[in-house]
Amino acid sequence: MTATTQERSLIARLSGARETGLVLIILALFLIMSVASEHFLTWPNMRAMAMAFSVEAIVVVGMTILLISGGIDLSVGSVTALAMVVAGLLFLAGVNPWVAALIAIALCAGIGAIMGFFVTVVGLHHFIVTLAAMVIARGLCLLGTGGRPLGLYDLPDGFKWIGIGSVGVIPVAIVIFVLVVVVFDFLLRRTTAFRLVYYTGSNEKAAAYSGIRTKRVIFLTTVLCSTLCGVAGVIYMARFGSAQPTFGVGMELNVIAAAVIGGASLSGGKGSILGAILGAVLLSLVSSSLALLNVSVYWQDIIRGSILLAAVTFDHYLVKRQAAGGRA
Amino acid sequence: MSAPPLLQLTDVTKSFGAIRALRGARLELLAGEIHALAGENGAGKSTLMNIIDGILQPDGGEIRIDGQPVRIDSPAAAQRLGIGFVHQEIALCADISVAENIYMSQTARSGRALMGGAELIARAAEVLAPLADIDPRVPAGRLSISQQQLVEIAKALTLDCRILILDEPTAALTEHEAQKLFAIMRGLTARGIGIIYISHRMAEIFGTCDRVTVMRDGQHIRTDRIADLTPADVVNAMVGRQLDALYPPKLTAPPGPEILRVEGLTDQRFRDVSFSLRQGEILGLGGLIGAGRSEIARGLTRLEGKATGRVWLHGTALELRDYADCIAAGIVYLSEDRKGDGVFLDLPIAANIAALDLRRVAGRFGVINPGRETAQAERIGASLRLKAASPAHRVASLSGGNQQKVALAKLLAVEPKVILLDEPTRGVDVGAKAEIHAILRGLAESGVGILVISSELPELIGLCDRVLVVSEGRLAGELTGPAITEQNIMTLAAPGALAASETLQ
Repeated sequence: MTATTQERSLIARLSGARETGLVLIILALFLIMSVASEHFLTWPNMRAMAMAFSVEAIVVVGMTILLISGGIDLSVGSVTALAMVVAGLLFLAGVNPWVAALIAIALCAGIGAIMGFFVTVVGLHHFIVTLAAMVIARGLCLLGTGGRPLGLYDLPDGFKWIGIGSVGVIPVAIVIFVLVVVVFDFLLRRTTAFRLVYYTGSNEKAAAYSGIRTKRVIFLTTVLCSTLCGVAGVIYMARFGSAQPTFGVGMELNVIAAAVIGGASLSGGKGSILGAILGAVLLSLVSSSLALLNVSVYWQDIIRGSILLAAVTFDHYLVKRQAAGGRA
Repeated sequence: MSAPPLLQLTDVTKSFGAIRALRGARLELLAGEIHALAGENGAGKSTLMNIIDGILQPDGGEIRIDGQPVRIDSPAAAQRLGIGFVHQEIALCADISVAENIYMSQTARSGRALMGGAELIARAAEVLAPLADIDPRVPAGRLSISQQQLVEIAKALTLDCRILILDEPTAALTEHEAQKLFAIMRGLTARGIGIIYISHRMAEIFGTCDRVTVMRDGQHIRTDRIADLTPADVVNAMVGRQLDALYPPKLTAPPGPEILRVEGLTDQRFRDVSFSLRQGEILGLGGLIGAGRSEIARGLTRLEGKATGRVWLHGTALELRDYADCIAAGIVYLSEDRKGDGVFLDLPIAANIAALDLRRVAGRFGVINPGRETAQAERIGASLRLKAASPAHRVASLSGGNQQKVALAKLLAVEPKVILLDEPTRGVDVGAKAEIHAILRGLAESGVGILVISSELPELIGLCDRVLVVSEGRLAGELTGPAITEQNIMTLAAPGALAASETLQ
């Protein structure tokens, strides 16, 4: 072996090329849009774009970590909505909004624990368990609200601050998003606890044969993903000043798409927070660009789906080329 | 003029991108012969066989069958030309019956939606009968690995082929099953079928084959009659240099104090297993596949089952709840299935080596130090003579022998006191095999307890100072020194041999 001791994480180097590529694509889009639309490079538009994806990006973080461990969670949209509804109902019942928010987040963690139980102890597949949870959580939202949004007109300003306030010129929601991303990106790249997530997702049996308690890892990543949904739900509630039982329908697909465009694999063991966030930025940028260019909203879905397909196809050929090189 | 060779390949070349897998490969197969194809991993054997089977297309060169130039552009074309290929990797459909697996390709070609049940089972039973006692009605997934391998062979036998390629068919077979296979092969050659036989095992090449072709670096090195060669000639042609000795020297002094003691280890697949492992010795665990050897090792390390029994390490009784406890105590296990559960193919080499104990490469608060992780991989990699461009490369990019070294390096990173190795050289080429044997001897000398499970008798005999033989889940006997012979191991290993063990001791 040659001595190539670089002060960069080994995992980071594997995903580095992908992240650079995404940054370049995003920059190119940025430049094109700056020329194409005079409204694009304006502070209100930038702020609106950042706000649009910053909360969902917190869910992307949870989903990415879960995908790396080899799992998947289809319930993120309904669990986020459930966090809003539960916190909203508690607030309307006279509970302090901060306490209500914490209870809602804890409840989401509990839902994650129940899903984790069915996956790791009972031995069912993530896909099925979270599909069931998605439907049940949505049902609970509708049951609790009678299907109507809860107007939370008396939310104190101090609480609304986390949704609509600013630190200087930077919206609080974006500050929270940046914190979550930076912290989890570091944890995932550099800490022993989160390295176990990569081992488990890369080859669960080999991880078990390395003395890693893989079921515990999968359980905890499932709980983490749901907990972050709870955090997102509470921030959404603070921003909208209401709790909407039908919020987040289809969110899971958007979130999974962002993670996969960012390099995560549905078979586990691959992906990074930075990549997934860049994937989310790209999708969000495309959406708002198309809106600015007055492209029909129906076309937007078609284009986003095509981007996902292109990213995965690119990945597939990259892996195949590496495999051919490795055979010699 | 004598008849042209059954199959003749001349000057075959094949490149994958910048890598030249074959440059002037040559092979000549006569009707009625068993032709061994030898070479280290990466020598180009598999590429050449994939060209014969139509999976790959050559860049240049000529293929002739019965003297006529042919083009083989797909596996289906190869089948039409009478070429049958038993791959090393087992590719059966786990959920359907053995009989349906055996006749899958005929069913597909016949265009009939369904094949008659009773007729199918009867025909499958007929094909299987000389090979093994396998019920053709059970789903293939329920068979053991060795039985699945035999089903793969049976599948090829139904194709009425004239050219049969067997790629390491005995890797998963017991000695007894292998002998049955050799008898069948000789029956086939008597009918004029030519067999290309790929194996790393010299004993098989010399016991079974008529001629041998040796390849190295994608080139033809030599083709000779087996009778004119010694195993050393073949090995030297394969590695291209003189190999000192096939096995490292054994222990000359009596072994040191006891490192590991196991008493009354019992679970579903094994009963009342007691033994001790002493410092300096390499202890072998022999027996038939399915006798329970791997199960004993995995039961002892708490990787599977709920074994009862007592374990002492350096005189201290251990309480082991799971494998993590076992690693913490200093007992580690090298899996027999390298790709399945031995390494993380998609992760970097350094991440693989650090997997058992990340604290060794982490600083405060569990933050991994990439420099230390790389340094650890380089240090252990160098001690094992791991050939890799960089510790950042994925394990999948390495050859089989180097992958196995990574699997071993993973264990060595925690500085274990006892290593249980299950088939440590399976699918590893001759050069790397000798290196791994030397490493194990070195570890034993440095005071690490080494227990080796092997289905390859020459390996047990050449490497181990003492061999425990397992039969039907129990220790049937112990052999030391000159008593470690194929004859003695097989006698003890045979089912129902427990009574015979008294006479050998």
